[in-house]
Amino acid sequence: MLSLWLNVIASGVLIGLVYGLVALGLTIIFGVMRVVNFAHGEMVVFGIYIGYWTVRIWDVPIFLAAAIAAVVMFVFGYLLETLVVKRFVNRPHHYQFIVFIGLSLLFSGVLLMSFGPDPRPTASQLSFQTVSVGPLTLDWARIQAAATAGLLIAALGAYLKYSAFGRSLRGAANNRLGGLVVGLNIPRVYAVTFGIGTACAGVAGALISPLFDAQPYLAVDFTLLAFVTVIVGGLGSFGGALLGGLTIGVAEAIAALMFTPSMKTALPYALLIIILIFRPRGFFGAKDI
Amino acid sequence: MQRTSDQVSDAKRWGAGALVFAALAVVGGMSNAYVISLLTIVLLFTFMGQSWNLMLGIGGQLSIGHALFIGIGAYAVAILNIKYGVTPWIGLLLGAVIAGFVGAVLAWLSFRFEVRGIYFALLTIAAAEFARIMFGGWDYVGGMQGLFYQAPGGTMDLGMLRGDARFYYFVALALAAIGIAGTELISRSYWGYVWRAMRDDDEAARALGVRTFRHKVLVVSISAATAAIGGGVLGLVQGAIFPDSIMGMAISVDVLIGPVVGGLGTAFGPLVGSMAAIPLHHAMGALGDSLGLPGLNSVAYGAVLILVVWFLPDGIWPAIVRLYGAIQLPARGRISQLRKVEE
Repeated sequence: MLSLWLNVIASGVLIGLVYGLVALGLTIIFGVMRVVNFAHGEMVVFGIYIGYWTVRIWDVPIFLAAAIAAVVMFVFGYLLETLVVKRFVNRPHHYQFIVFIGLSLLFSGVLLMSFGPDPRPTASQLSFQTVSVGPLTLDWARIQAAATAGLLIAALGAYLKYSAFGRSLRGAANNRLGGLVVGLNIPRVYAVTFGIGTACAGVAGALISPLFDAQPYLAVDFTLLAFVTVIVGGLGSFGGALLGGLTIGVAEAIAALMFTPSMKTALPYALLIIILIFRPRGFFGAKDI
Repeated sequence: MQRTSDQVSDAKRWGAGALVFAALAVVGGMSNAYVISLLTIVLLFTFMGQSWNLMLGIGGQLSIGHALFIGIGAYAVAILNIKYGVTPWIGLLLGAVIAGFVGAVLAWLSFRFEVRGIYFALLTIAAAEFARIMFGGWDYVGGMQGLFYQAPGGTMDLGMLRGDARFYYFVALALAAIGIAGTELISRSYWGYVWRAMRDDDEAARALGVRTFRHKVLVVSISAATAAIGGGVLGLVQGAIFPDSIMGMAISVDVLIGPVVGGLGTAFGPLVGSMAAIPLHHAMGALGDSLGLPGLNSVAYGAVLILVVWFLPDGIWPAIVRLYGAIQLPARGRISQLRKVEE
């Protein structure tokens, strides 16, 4: 019994790291630009399709698939910001909501037209390999995904903390006007930020592609999951996204063990409502939104 | 926002409103079944759009989870009517009360610690999704299989709110008229002034002695209750309700597209916006189906939403008013004068 619980919690932690990466993308974009990307789930699904093509069809290792997704989605996010999102950064939230819902409809429509509504099974040899460590038996795919996600989160954290660009990004997040005064190139910071956030979602998608069938309709679920994760952790907080991801991952895994499947999907929202009652801004939320 | 509505005199505006609804009533008497059913949906979304508009356009609180309240209303009517044969009138009332209470609790939870803006918006969508999943797993309300009304069978019964498509068209028309007139009346009442004051500057309103916390809870609660009434009728019109369709995110999006595309905070905006957006969505769906491209309606609808917000930031209705003003200008110059005074 104990080993069952340990297994469930361990697999929750592993998937939680990937959720953390998805949420990190959302929270970086929000923290710097004060924009909530309601098309974030589509970015994850793009990543899953990239994973599908590279791993399943071309048979490249998952690490390489993640790298390809990172590059492709960074460029995609950068262009999206420069061409569209930029014009709406200073508009009220409900306009941004409409724009991102528009983008999300556009992207999921394009996915639907290109790949059709049927799920494409991405399960490969990798999906069924397991590794045993002491009492734990874990999916090899999950371990790889979690390890890559964890490494990326650490690397991104270090980059934002120590690099010159990281400093200007944090400066822009802290005080946009102050950043302009000291000569930060805010439009470029915004574009790169959006690129990084999109790349996080894309990489997460590629990493979980061995676990999820590629399907256009998944996007909404990922968008909502990312919201819940960042609110639980605190919107705009780096550590919060990670902790939120782990919380949701473990809670989901435990719920799947204890309750019916529909309860498992409802649990993150229930958790969110509980968190909002006791800690309205999440674990590490910013004071002023 | 108020500028556009202050430009035209009172009598003219009520007159124009009456004229529009008279025209819509004539349309309802003449059109074929397809047009009627499409316009019924447009008018219901006009009413629900007004309820959303009340919350953001006047109260300053953004909801992106209005499907929660709409779903509560639809389920209240359906459960009472289908399971116990109770008239939908009671269901509408009960749904409004429950939704108003749920809205008040959500608002209370959120605003008591000054959590507002985007946090509140995300809380609304999370609550809506939570409710959708719970209703989907709840056997008493039919779970994912939903609830079905008995076919009305051609008889018109106002007491049981059952009738043919034309009957529901006039029900929806009455609701839309009540919604537009009600928004207008509320926005000129004491509450309307208080809500706009707290929308524009919360601290200043508080300094003047307005208990903004109570008023925020109140505006959310009223908006939720009215949305539930719209939802109850929507369920009757559709003849069946499923958690995914009546509480899904798509409903929340459709509700706010009318007011934003039409013109936020204006009385006619939600009507104009719904008139433009919903038929477009249907037409694109039909086109996509006939071409065998299932994603086409999404693509076209998404692109149009982005373009409208891009090029008509105030919405369609204020643009029409401006155009009307430009035509009138040489003769009277009233609008430009008013605008100068305000600026």
